[in-house]
Amino acid sequence: MATQLKDTRQTQTLPQGSVTWPLPPRERPDVVGADKATLEAYLATAPLEEVDIADPLWWETDTNHVYFRRLREEAPVFFTSVNSNRHRGFWNVVRWNDVMAVDTNHQVFSSEAMLGGITLFDMDPDFIMPMFIAMDQPKHDVQRKAVNPIVSGQNLANYEELIRSRTCEVLDSLPRGEAFDWVDKVSIELTSRMLATLFGWPQERRRMLTYWSDVSTSDPELPGSPGKEERQGILLGMLQEFTMLWNERVNAEPTGDLVSMLAHNPATRNMPPMEFMGNLVLLIVGGNDTTRNSITGGLYFLNKNPEEYAKLKANHGLVENMVSEIIRYQTPLAHMRRTALQDTVLGGQLIHKGDKVVMWYTSANRDDTVLDNPDAFIIDRPRARQHMSFGFGIHRCVGNRLAELQLKILWEEILKRFDTIEVLEEPERVPSAFVRGYKSMMVRIPA
Amino acid sequence: MVKIIYVEHNGARHEVNVPEGENLMEGAVQNNVPGIDGDCGGNAACATCHCYIPEQWAGLTGERSELEDSMIELADTAKPNSRLACQIKASAALDGLEVLMPATQH
Repeated sequence: MATQLKDTRQTQTLPQGSVTWPLPPRERPDVVGADKATLEAYLATAPLEEVDIADPLWWETDTNHVYFRRLREEAPVFFTSVNSNRHRGFWNVVRWNDVMAVDTNHQVFSSEAMLGGITLFDMDPDFIMPMFIAMDQPKHDVQRKAVNPIVSGQNLANYEELIRSRTCEVLDSLPRGEAFDWVDKVSIELTSRMLATLFGWPQERRRMLTYWSDVSTSDPELPGSPGKEERQGILLGMLQEFTMLWNERVNAEPTGDLVSMLAHNPATRNMPPMEFMGNLVLLIVGGNDTTRNSITGGLYFLNKNPEEYAKLKANHGLVENMVSEIIRYQTPLAHMRRTALQDTVLGGQLIHKGDKVVMWYTSANRDDTVLDNPDAFIIDRPRARQHMSFGFGIHRCVGNRLAELQLKILWEEILKRFDTIEVLEEPERVPSAFVRGYKSMMVRIPA
Repeated sequence: MVKIIYVEHNGARHEVNVPEGENLMEGAVQNNVPGIDGDCGGNAACATCHCYIPEQWAGLTGERSELEDSMIELADTAKPNSRLACQIKASAALDGLEVLMPATQH
């Protein structure tokens, strides 16, 4: 399977240079608007090259997994040309071992913002925000190390009590016997409070952080999202507010928050404004979207798998293992992207210098050649920590231990309080091939 | 079998027998030694099997690879004798090796 060297790109359709804005209309199959079963049936039989899996359609409807299963079996390193006038075309890397090979080879596969960065769609060339996740060595290492102490073992131990008391407060305030949105009342509430603490940001304005996170990852083409210029304006406003905090803290004693850490570390003290903004966006999105969606996803999965919920209620000691399984099963960031710095061969395919290479973590986490029964949500799965959701190599998630701690405490406290939390209807999903998440999920706690 | 002694940060000792050729992360995980996670399965790609090798054993445990070196450099508990346990294979020469662990894995 895919062992011979075969260039699957249709080079004649590849535009030169970067794409132009506004983007040309997206080519779509005529199943748009059909029900989930129809969409899945389409993905199960359509020619592989006809599908643009970056289309938000496949994410909003949670149907993408059908296509990834086919790619893993039929074409594990596969070039998408359709709609290349929008995204320049990209390689899909879908198997565990291939994703690992790319993620651990930072000399060949670059994260550099100027080459487009770390998401499938290139960073806006008129608004490049350098951030350490989108840097290569050596600059990446020194900037990452500047913020590392906030999630050190000692610091996490210091946060534990605070996280627990807030979690209790949020859970105790939830209505009983009536429908409410779990995303808003719990997932966003807990993650925004944590973020405000990490940044030393005023708690009463914590939802601004959620707003900026959502704006950073929003798709300017979608109705209701800020357009390209509006997005730039909002993020510049964020920069302005954080610059005031920076100015307060740069000459003061270190206060242990992220702004103070960045202002005091020689590696980040003299960052240009756009780089400060970039790192803010990284840390806000990194600490917000991911944990938020795992908080929602966990409750959803337990409702979909009542036997697992029963197992958990019978044995609260499973929480820690379950947290890893939730993070695997959710895969809150569906992919990370790299740019090839030289011609290279991966999975028998010739990848050219400059090509976009998309590591689909969401697919690697369902690779049955590495994981047993990966489509099942199993809270006592052996070696559940072995999942792809945090990435591997030098760009591996820096906040993973904090995320695990937040989720662990949340589930410990839920189990102490509520016999069950019912999900009332299918959640509304985020239409994004990057942030795999939920806009809302209506639930009820029995009175 | 090779006798390996895993020493937690608090001093707790775990003496286990690791089959020759097996890496020391697996040796810990298979024997339920706490404090070594091995999230990446042995690819030097997560640094959750970070450990310290006493000086007298350094010559027998090999050199860090480029990736291992990069991953260790990013850990805030890194020391000159830091290694990733998954990159050291058990061999007769390592019989009796003490593997020291940091307070937390990141």
